Amino acid sequence: MYIYDAYDKQMLDDRIKQFRNQTARYLDGKLTDEQFLPLRLQNGLYIQRLAPMLRVAIPYGCLSSTQLRKLASIARDYDKGYAHFSTRQNIQYNWPKLEQVPDLLAELAEVEMHAIQTSGNCIRNTTTDQYAGVAVGEIEDSRPWCEIIRQWSTFHPEFAYLPRKFKIAVCGTPNDQAATQVHDIGLYIKKNSDGEIGFQVLVGGGLGRTPVIGVEICDFLPWQHLLTYLDAIMRVYNRYGRRDNKYKARIKILVKALGAEAFKKKVEAEWQNDKDGPATLTEEEVKRCKSFFTDPNYEEDSDSSDIEAAAAKDLLFDHWLERNVASHKQLGYRIVNICLKETGVAPGDVTDGQMEFIADLADKYSFGEVRVTHEQNVVLTDVKHADLYAVYQACQKESLATPFLGLINDIVCCPGGDFCSLANAKSIPIAESIQRRFDDFDKQKDIGDITLNISGCMNACGHHHVGNIGILGVDKKGEEFYQVTLGGSADRETALGKVLGPAFAQEDMPDVVEKIVDVYLENRKDGENFLATYRRIGIDPYKERVYAKAD
Amino acid sequence: MPKLIKDGAITDSSWHTVSSQTVYEDAFATKAEQLLVPFNMWQEHKAELKASDLEIGVWLDSEDDPYELSHEVGNLPLIAVNFPIFRDGRAFSSAAILRQRLGYTGELRAIGDVLCDQAFYMKKCGINSFELPDSGDADDFIRALSDFTDSYQSTVEIPDPLFRRR
Ligand code: SF4
Repeated sequence: MYIYDAYDKQMLDDRIKQFRNQTARYLDGKLTDEQFLPLRLQNGLYIQRLAPMLRVAIPYGCLSSTQLRKLASIARDYDKGYAHFSTRQNIQYNWPKLEQVPDLLAELAEVEMHAIQTSGNCIRNTTTDQYAGVAVGEIEDSRPWCEIIRQWSTFHPEFAYLPRKFKIAVCGTPNDQAATQVHDIGLYIKKNSDGEIGFQVLVGGGLGRTPVIGVEICDFLPWQHLLTYLDAIMRVYNRYGRRDNKYKARIKILVKALGAEAFKKKVEAEWQNDKDGPATLTEEEVKRCKSFFTDPNYEEDSDSSDIEAAAAKDLLFDHWLERNVASHKQLGYRIVNICLKETGVAPGDVTDGQMEFIADLADKYSFGEVRVTHEQNVVLTDVKHADLYAVYQACQKESLATPFLGLINDIVCCPGGDFCSLANAKSIPIAESIQRRFDDFDKQKDIGDITLNISGCMNACGHHHVGNIGILGVDKKGEEFYQVTLGGSADRETALGKVLGPAFAQEDMPDVVEKIVDVYLENRKDGENFLATYRRIGIDPYKERVYAKAD
Repeated sequence: MPKLIKDGAITDSSWHTVSSQTVYEDAFATKAEQLLVPFNMWQEHKAELKASDLEIGVWLDSEDDPYELSHEVGNLPLIAVNFPIFRDGRAFSSAAILRQRLGYTGELRAIGDVLCDQAFYMKKCGINSFELPDSGDADDFIRALSDFTDSYQSTVEIPDPLFRRR
């Protein structure tokens, strides 16, 4: 994990002092609502339907057990004993009090955490694949690069008042679990034929009202130039991005309006001036950042036969091994996913006790570190094979052993109308009704790999466009309806879902999803997963089934 | 008289800012000897303005292109960048371009909706004087100029990013 030095600490302390002063001026009436708005947003603070919401950054998803314990105690002391993992590797508190927020931020700073730039029209928390550093076949660990970008983007004086929010994802794994292509900037780490590191640069991806897959503007950017090139993109966007209409203000609209080629030309013209200038990365800096992400002291170990024996006796454990445990680059180790999708609990919600439990588990079994994922789950990256049963049994006691990672009930879902003031419709109850419908675990297993994403409005925080099944809450004359899209995916072959047809009432949703799944089950061939069948047969068979008139 | 902060202290401004709605002939009505004219006016009447006895500065609105001043920066004693509303961040880029790309070394002033909460960022982008709106508190502003001890990035003020110095 990255560890703050005196500079990082000072910067964070300065910010807390600044925001304390701003909050006091606001409460004194010296700052108007309009003036305070971007200031509080850039410190992670929203005013929500019921109360303020504070969004805390988990830089590229990495957390130490100490940090997780702090998040738990904050949930207890400043909130109602729980918090919510978002789809952007952040954690959200739904009930803090405005006047207490500066104190809360000071507590976070004790463990090198903050809520800086988690909201507002600025560069947000950089995200990456949760398996970074441990994935099999990884091209390059993305975490040091994410840290370099984190520092560059934090309090960037020129880019704090952009036309709109700005999200960057970095991916160095073969599978891309970071939804890289639907970010304002997506960076795929590559190696050239000489083994040198560089980046394929995509721009203009994004979800929201106008979903777009990013386009390549550079196929290999040597690593030295990463920051100068990012500066150039940001400057073009800051100067030319639209500011007259917030729905047309994202970089994707600018890239579309200019065309990728013309956009690229502008960026390159700007970049020529800074290329090789002082912001050019140095080997020392990369080395320094990499030094924080070295391998832990893995034991020379091989897989334990006890685990197979346990799995033979304990069917649920066997399922859990199959679904929630992934291979690891290190012999004798595994990646363990803790799925936060217990039916009846809002997807991504964790209690203070669960957070403390996971922190203890990480200390005992995974070198004291955890990751959070954009699928709203938690990962222990370095668990010894021989410890898997012990980890499973411990999780089971805390209702954290649901063995359905990547199955239909592993629903990604935004907070929706229950919490979010922007929502058109509720999303959590939809997730729950679908989970209840597919409660039978054998059925879930039979359906196999599938992603289901729910957003409560066009802002698409639940990433519905890139769910194999996407559900979007819409408002029709004051009533909540749900539009369904099919065929989305967020991996290296990112695709946007297609709208199935007219929207449905809330109570119809479990039936609709079940019919869609039935079409898949009836049509699948040779072990095809849901997406493969959809891609082969197209949307029509699903349409016919779902909208068929009852006889 | 508007409050002006220059190089970290309160001073008086002898410059008269000509608004973008002013017609050219009226720009001289105040008899001020130092005129800060909008970029469009400068473009249109450059020759006459240069020939006059007055000292002339130019202010850029957020959509104006600072590169169009490439050939002038050596002669202008004052350039200002306007914040039509504080959340319009284009002036930060304009300021940085004037300093980094065009090598402008004269006075660079922030005008318009200039809030102390942005003072530090403005300074980092190379702005060294600040015309505060009537509601602005000069002491708050001066304090805010040093809200942060340092920056991670390469900035106009300190081109070496932190990683080259830490
Ligand atoms: S998608 Fe809409 S409803 Fe859901 S969290 Fe985002 S803004 Fe709120």
